[in-house]
Amino acid sequence: MNGAQDMGGVMGFGPVVAEPNEPVFHAEWEKHVFGMVLAMGRPGGWAIDEGRFARENVRPLDYLSRSYFEIWLAGLTRLLLDRGFVSQDELQAGHSLRPAKSVASVLQPENVAPMLAKGSSYERPVATTALFAVGDRVRARNMHPTGHTRLPRYVRGHAGTVTQVHGAHVFPDSNAAGQGEAPQWLYNVRFTGRELWGEAADPTVTVSIDAWESYLEPAI
Amino acid sequence: MHDDQHGDHSHGHGSELSPLEARVRALETVLTEKGYIDPKALDLLIDTYETKIGPRNGAQVVAKAWIDPAYRSRLLENASAAIAELGFSGRQGEHMVALENTDAVHNLVVCTLCSCYPWPVLGLPPVWYKSAPYRSRAVLDPRGVLADFGLSLPADKEVRVWDSTAEVRYLVVPQRPARTDDWTSDRLAGLVTRDSMIGTGLALEPAAIGVAS
Repeated sequence: MNGAQDMGGVMGFGPVVAEPNEPVFHAEWEKHVFGMVLAMGRPGGWAIDEGRFARENVRPLDYLSRSYFEIWLAGLTRLLLDRGFVSQDELQAGHSLRPAKSVASVLQPENVAPMLAKGSSYERPVATTALFAVGDRVRARNMHPTGHTRLPRYVRGHAGTVTQVHGAHVFPDSNAAGQGEAPQWLYNVRFTGRELWGEAADPTVTVSIDAWESYLEPAI
Repeated sequence: MHDDQHGDHSHGHGSELSPLEARVRALETVLTEKGYIDPKALDLLIDTYETKIGPRNGAQVVAKAWIDPAYRSRLLENASAAIAELGFSGRQGEHMVALENTDAVHNLVVCTLCSCYPWPVLGLPPVWYKSAPYRSRAVLDPRGVLADFGLSLPADKEVRVWDSTAEVRYLVVPQRPARTDDWTSDRLAGLVTRDSMIGTGLALEPAAIGVAS
């Protein structure tokens, strides 16, 4: 969706301000939001793409006025409510008011380190061969999906060059919609700054994205 | 001088929750009571990223690549496997790619769409990395962003920006500072900052950590 999360090229946010000796978390509540988001992945059963879409599928004003862990909290709460893990009156009461939904498994302390060390690969076998090869010229399609997508607006319609073929990966647009992993070939595509931003742009700059095959078409 | 109407301090400092803190506590209580989460697992998750996984991991990778040409080759060829050799792997680092800075090329990593970041080697991202100013401008005006960090590159150097739009995670290998030829890997790692592995900084010069050249 063309939401507030798609920030590449937007102007007016001001300079980047780094905090010296920044702590990992700035408040206790941030730690707990972080912990809950990671711990609920297993019993919740949602895919990473569904989690991302829950965070970004909000009014732009809300997205832009929230801190990052507030965005995470809102996304987690949305998923839990939508899927019937908790209900609004329970959040108001601050206590469970009815039996829990049955879940496949709960993250136990002894499984934390193994889970983090293992991660989860997003590469999948596919029967197709890659349509594009390194060096090919491709164009990012001019498309505006209303659901989740990882094709940023600033590259749409622009031509670039394939620099890497990453393998076939889970397709977020499908996976976030609950329509399966539908893996596709994934490429790194490099654009010149001038292609993206016009002739006045810095000629020494290039920008690359990772793009699934259906985001791309051959550039003539 | 305190107004007595507000003078009940019997709960001590920090006991009054903000609305946000209250919401977080309520949610955690509900999830715990329902048996979806184990608070001890939460504590471990938090502690892992607060104290165990951070940019010191990535610094070891970079330092090893600087002193060991065979390792450098493996890192550039298959970063996930090379990084795993040092014991770093897993969540948000399943598909790693290493980007080597050279005299001709400077690499800069961003996630314009959210906050994708290579957790096993850098830990959790700083606030600025997740913020609108960085996400919006890194792809449009990378040299301007570098200037915000006090970094000015030669005008003819190529600046390659990498927008992390998939599950591939990028680690910048900064250039090795001069006059560090006889340094050990551990010592070199002290020159490798977090920002140098994102691309918003360079590796420190020996003088910056109090070493006379």
